[in-house]
Amino acid sequence: MRANTWAGRNKVEVRDVPDPKILNKRDAIVRITSTAICGSDLHLVDGYVPTMQEGDVLGHEFMGEVVEVGPGVDPDRLRIGDRVVVPFPIACGACGACAAELYSCCENSNPNAGIAERMFGHPVAGLFGYSHLTGGFAGGQAQYARVPFADVGPLKIESDLTDEQVLFLSDILPTGYMGAEMCDIQSSDVVAVWGAGPVGQFAMDSARVLGAAKVIAIDKEPYRLQMAEQAGHTPVNFEEVDVRSRLLELTGGRGPDKCIDAVGLEATHGSAHIAAYDRLKQAVRLETDRPHALRQAILSCRSGGVVSVIGVYGGLLDKFPAGAWMNRSLTLRTGQCHVQRYMKPLLGRIERGELDPTRIITHRLPLDEAARGFELFKNKQDNCEKVVLKP
Amino acid sequence: MELTATTTIRKPVPEVYAFWRHLENLPTFMAHLEEVRTTGDRTSHWVAGGPFGQNVEWDAEIVVETPDEKIVWRSIADADVPNTGTIRFMPAPDGVSTEVHVVLVYDIPGGVVGKAIAKYFGEEPHQQLDDDLRRLKQVVETGEVVRSDGAPWGKRARKEFPQRPAQPLSDSELVKGADE
Ligand SMILES: NC(=O)c1ccc[n+]([C@@H]2O[C@H](COP(=O)([O-])OP(=O)(O)OC[C@H]3O[C@@H](n4cnc5c(N)ncnc54)[C@H](O)[C@@H]3O)[C@@H](O)[C@H]2O)c1
Ligand SMILES: [Zn+2]
Ligand SMILES: [Zn+2]
Repeated sequence: MRANTWAGRNKVEVRDVPDPKILNKRDAIVRITSTAICGSDLHLVDGYVPTMQEGDVLGHEFMGEVVEVGPGVDPDRLRIGDRVVVPFPIACGACGACAAELYSCCENSNPNAGIAERMFGHPVAGLFGYSHLTGGFAGGQAQYARVPFADVGPLKIESDLTDEQVLFLSDILPTGYMGAEMCDIQSSDVVAVWGAGPVGQFAMDSARVLGAAKVIAIDKEPYRLQMAEQAGHTPVNFEEVDVRSRLLELTGGRGPDKCIDAVGLEATHGSAHIAAYDRLKQAVRLETDRPHALRQAILSCRSGGVVSVIGVYGGLLDKFPAGAWMNRSLTLRTGQCHVQRYMKPLLGRIERGELDPTRIITHRLPLDEAARGFELFKNKQDNCEKVVLKP
Repeated sequence: MELTATTTIRKPVPEVYAFWRHLENLPTFMAHLEEVRTTGDRTSHWVAGGPFGQNVEWDAEIVVETPDEKIVWRSIADADVPNTGTIRFMPAPDGVSTEVHVVLVYDIPGGVVGKAIAKYFGEEPHQQLDDDLRRLKQVVETGEVVRSDGAPWGKRARKEFPQRPAQPLSDSELVKGADE
């Protein structure tokens, strides 16, 4: 089959690889009909997540048709011919973490748990197409994928919603939603979202759906801010204005009640010398993450507020504003999304027209043009917000 | 050499106890074991993959057996590497899970054999037992050892890095892996 693979730092390549086969009894093979490129893929491709290997099949946002099931798949849950969206964390459904609906911390789905444990203190779940630290599972930017624990995660789509309407249930819609949910939003809340990428856009829409009084979008890409503005959110361009002063202005001096970091470890900074400091430390691996958005979110948040982090961090960071966090009673909440928890309720919201995930799609390309899709998305060319690939 | 490891399994104590007490199950998750065969009420014959690609075999007997609490076993007669093991089962505070605590003691001989064995266990011998218990948990909670494209051989996936790429296996790799 054709699959998009990691070909070394800053390089992806679509090549021929073997078709996936059933390896565990509860596996299914899915013929992929739509797949997408995510901001997390950029972290992997840019080389900020360790344990990537040449030839790894990328991609963790995909959906398609079940074409084969292992002998252990419960037929009441999944059968050949079912149309499914596959959540990006692989979860067994039986361990303590799964029982607590902490699917991205599943204790059984990562065959390389020992390595993850050494890095993070405790292991994390297996994820599709997301380094060997998270299991070494081939991803979904491909024609087919093997899906373990297929009777646990995949969501069956039985209505006639299009692929584009439901594809993002695999990751970024639940991720944005979880970012907003972790904020415990009240009707009087002003919610500020750092990053107007796909995840940020969905965090903003979710904050609105959960009842926020005002939602602020912070980014530097005018077209992304415009997209947020068109959806009813208030744009702030961090290259044009001082973010802190602007946020104070927009909140009567209180600061946003809730702050969401939807940027992650490759944040850029308006102030060149600070950006250079973190860039250099990151380059020599003294620091693995560049936390500008996170620092700013913590410093901007009103006392007693919540800082919700859905942007991905991989290792260590520097100059964490612990003083602001501690002395001002801030709550910090975070996690890789527990996608399985949100798929059904969010499908309901899509069906009822409360959320429209298609609004962020700017590019549709054949799988064979994945490399071009990565270029467009990474370099923000041609007003690229989200790329959907068609295998 | 003494190795200890512990894990929590989301199944009731009697089920976890029964799984372990059926010693034939041990090779499904313990990397170094090829086979355990019950030979009597309390006796068994063990086969492990040895340091030189050669199997090491020994007989063992259960010396303490307290249902739903504890099993202690030890090698008997002239085992090349005399060893004893203890496993304790305790209900976890959540009321549904079982804590499993394992202690293995190997009496490693001196000389070349001892060195080879030490090398076989690697620099972090406890890592192997940790991984064994992780797989025990996988088998008891989900039915089998989980496989990925990068680590497709279940318990045979040794801890080495780099692994094979996260890319589906070819037919020949699959056949080769299956007979190993
Ligand atoms: N927690 C999860 O489960 C989960 C799931 C999916 C994605 N993510 C993460 O979410 C993050 C965003 O993903 P995406 O697909 O939207 O990526 P993206 O790269 O398209 O979006 C990031 C946006 O942040 C902006 N940005 C950079 N520095 C900034 C700063 N200092 N302040 C404000 N904005 C800044 C960029 O201009 C860009 O528009 C990534 O870190 C990704 O890994 C997390
Ligand atoms: Zn993603
Ligand atoms: Zn689990």
